[in-house]
Amino acid sequence: MSTPSLFRVFATVLKRDLTLAYRRRQDLVNPMIFFVIVVSLFPLGVSPEKTFLQEAGAGVVWVAALLATLLSLDSLFRSDYEDGSLEQLILTPQPLFLIVLAKILSHWLVTGVPLLILSPVLGVMMHLEFETIKILMLTLLLGTPVLSLIGAIGAALTVGLKSGGVLISLLILPLYIPILIFGTGTVQAASNMLPIDGYIALMGAIFALSLTLSPIAAAAALRISLSN
Amino acid sequence: MPAVSPVPDSSSPKELLRAESLFCERDERVLFEDLDFTVSQGEIIQIEGPNGSGKTTLLRILSGLSGAYEGELFWKGEAISSARIDFLSNLLYLGHKPGVKAILTPVENLRALMGMRQSITDKQIHEALKKVGLYGYEDTPCHNLSAGQHRRVSLARLYLSNDALWVLDEAFTAIDKAGVKALENLLEQRAEQGGTVILTTHHELQLKKGFRKITLGQKQNIQSAELLEESA
Repeated sequence: MSTPSLFRVFATVLKRDLTLAYRRRQDLVNPMIFFVIVVSLFPLGVSPEKTFLQEAGAGVVWVAALLATLLSLDSLFRSDYEDGSLEQLILTPQPLFLIVLAKILSHWLVTGVPLLILSPVLGVMMHLEFETIKILMLTLLLGTPVLSLIGAIGAALTVGLKSGGVLISLLILPLYIPILIFGTGTVQAASNMLPIDGYIALMGAIFALSLTLSPIAAAAALRISLSN
Repeated sequence: MPAVSPVPDSSSPKELLRAESLFCERDERVLFEDLDFTVSQGEIIQIEGPNGSGKTTLLRILSGLSGAYEGELFWKGEAISSARIDFLSNLLYLGHKPGVKAILTPVENLRALMGMRQSITDKQIHEALKKVGLYGYEDTPCHNLSAGQHRRVSLARLYLSNDALWVLDEAFTAIDKAGVKALENLLEQRAEQGGTVILTTHHELQLKKGFRKITLGQKQNIQSAELLEESA
């Protein structure tokens, strides 16, 4: 029996998840609509003043992106758990973290990337300058994968529970704080004409750390969730 | 006796899986204790018992999904935790929930399920679907199929698999009479080729060759495994 290469396995899972996402595309719109609504309600609720929005804009976009990702996390493993596919994924001889990584990549492609694409539009709405918007997109490019990666651990831990929604937020939010602080801090520094290399390096470090460790943690969490 | 191996082999049939003094408790109820058995190559083993007696739990333990047990499991004589990759490469587990995605077509489902385990061509998938009677449904999303057809999608994996050990949980559920017959034939054929099957079902198996039963009782302790040498 010929075993497929690791890359083939990764590609198989990725393709399967993207097909699933495409078939359920109306569900994917939810986080995006949420993202746009939160950001556009903010000026109405607080103040439409240009100076205020310029100051708060990046933070608002970041917080909305974070919450939108959080909203979409519960579905990451849920349907696979319910129809038994997760058992099949766990029982492959291939390393489970690789399969989990493929699932996370697919999650990022269908939630993180659309947020990234929407962000400049919302940036313009918040009166951010062109240069600042570029930095905002850069931080989201580094930050949204981190949100998906860390979130996968929470999703894996709560997949066996009947309603994991609240618990997942409680588990994951504290872990989201560092990337949020550095994400908004970078944009703040950039709009104050301060050097941002240090911030970007730190965000890159967080990304590298979560890329290497969280698939392993999420794989272990999945085994625990399924073993009872 | 079937001719299992082409090589003349005087030793007893090769031992695949061995369980030693398995104990499992669930919700403060002992499902089984001191359960010992050996599964050899080419055997068909039916695990039976009333609802709630722990059949699915036992299968989940045997396939390594559940760690909620005490006792030892050995794969080809080696502790199962250290032989895990070899064990998983030789295991096909069909669970209670078939693992078939409702919004994918049968072909896409099989491609995803088998593609993670072995290299497979679309031609093989189509042939397997034809064998389980799903010819013409290849590209229909599974939520448009009946419960039995849904089940057949997962059973098509059996026709694609070369794995040494099949663990089937309630494989006969929702399958019609002709389908059951075909499945029984497949299992027999499989055992003759040296494959091993562990299954649970409430259906009376009609196999020409003998098969073993492991009975899980509700009286907390297991009735010892009895060998049925029945001839049809």
